[in-house]
Amino acid sequence: MTNWIPACRLDDIEQEGARRFDHSGRTYALYRSSDDEVFCTDGLCTHEAVHLADGLVMDYEIECPKHSGIFDYRTGEAKRLPACKNLSVYAARVEDGAVLVELPG
Amino acid sequence: MSSFVIVGAGECGARAAFALRERGFDGAVTLVGTEPLLPYERPPLSKDAIVAGARPTFVADAAHFEAERIRIVIGESVTAIDRNGRNVALSNGSRLPYDKLLLATGASARELPAAPCSDGRIRVLRSYGDASAIRPHMAEGNHIAIIGGGFIGLELAASARKLGASVTILEGLPRVLTRGVPAEIAEVVCNRHRGAGVELLFGIKIAAINERSSDVRISLEDGRVIAANLLVLGIGSIPNVALADAAGLVIDNGIAVDQHLQTSDPDIFAAGDCCSFPIGHYGGRRIRLESWRNAHEQGALAGANMMGAQETSAAVPWFWSDQYDLTLQIAGLAEGAVTTVRRNLSTEAFILFHLDADGRLLAASGVGPGNAIARDIRLAEMLIAAGRHPDPAALAAPEVKLKQLLAA
Repeated sequence: MTNWIPACRLDDIEQEGARRFDHSGRTYALYRSSDDEVFCTDGLCTHEAVHLADGLVMDYEIECPKHSGIFDYRTGEAKRLPACKNLSVYAARVEDGAVLVELPG
Repeated sequence: MSSFVIVGAGECGARAAFALRERGFDGAVTLVGTEPLLPYERPPLSKDAIVAGARPTFVADAAHFEAERIRIVIGESVTAIDRNGRNVALSNGSRLPYDKLLLATGASARELPAAPCSDGRIRVLRSYGDASAIRPHMAEGNHIAIIGGGFIGLELAASARKLGASVTILEGLPRVLTRGVPAEIAEVVCNRHRGAGVELLFGIKIAAINERSSDVRISLEDGRVIAANLLVLGIGSIPNVALADAAGLVIDNGIAVDQHLQTSDPDIFAAGDCCSFPIGHYGGRRIRLESWRNAHEQGALAGANMMGAQETSAAVPWFWSDQYDLTLQIAGLAEGAVTTVRRNLSTEAFILFHLDADGRLLAASGVGPGNAIARDIRLAEMLIAAGRHPDPAALAAPEVKLKQLLAA
């Protein structure tokens, strides 16, 4: 059972940037690419519990602010150590300037 | 079949072992470590491991090493290198032949001649065993004395306060973090500790240290006596060079290596805390780094170069420290800087940029709550690596994105 949850406005996320989003006791990271596509992953790095949205976005990659582990935020794939476990990803889209995310519950 | 041996099973040695496989090495890989544990990360030792009683953060589990056919010999040390015979002697009496050898022997905590570390109330903090021994003393009502206002001492002080123990930090110099941290940032850290109730004494000279069954007493030259349940020494570390020195390798503030991490013997490499190396970004001057990031990156580089890759590192030094809610991060080396520019990210978070006489960015140091400074420090690191001369006015203006400066 999933629902499309309104998370924020597209303008709330910088281009080639990330933003933290908390919902139902869980934390996520939202991403806006340089061509305004949006993506959503789990909010915490799989290496240590650090909020990825505080990290640096370059192209389609998010780099953890603590130990520089890198993930592809489109697929959740761990691309550089010390991150070795992939992130979960969730469907996201923009509707009338609002970012919607498909989340469980 | 060729055989590569790695001495030292920490972050660096483990990373090198995996790098050998990633580079396609098909021979035998043996990783030898003195501690009776699989390779683990040291940064948490002064933080979570003490505070929460956590297990070590392992670099990888046993199955992962096995899958990569990395043989791990732990609880044994290498006692000698026979360079002519190309083998190393182990403390269990056996010998391991090598075609290439990596020394990732790390560093040891410095001790005070006047107060040798004991199994009791005088300790250092370097290993998981040290952390486990310190933890029971951290209970509420106990008093911890720490000699040295460096990173280990300060992080341990923050952990002790979280658990309710009172803390006195004894520092011989006039402030905390005198090595490589700007005074402006050290002051923020110092005030945070004072706010948490840590007593900090500067400019102190120790006259005597007496360990007793009930406490340890530190007598200062001015007549004061500090009594504590535990004394922890956080006075720096010494590179582990004895093995290399005995084998006749060149030593220069660590095992001396070239830009490929090769020692004076072409079949022997060294990496991590134990080695000194020429750093490209700063005129090739010889430095030694004690940081997780350096151990991680040099481990990977050593693995590649043991395979003959002849790669060099373009890395800029970077490290972090977590104390309470504060994170401090430094990228680059500020020596030689003539200009400092301050960028305020919030009322509590700021970054200092250090530029040389030509305006080249040499280093960036920041402090702030949580991850407030992380992204800009990372971008600063990229600006430093690219050898940029950013406009100081732009660096000082938080509304100017550093990413734009990087793209410019």
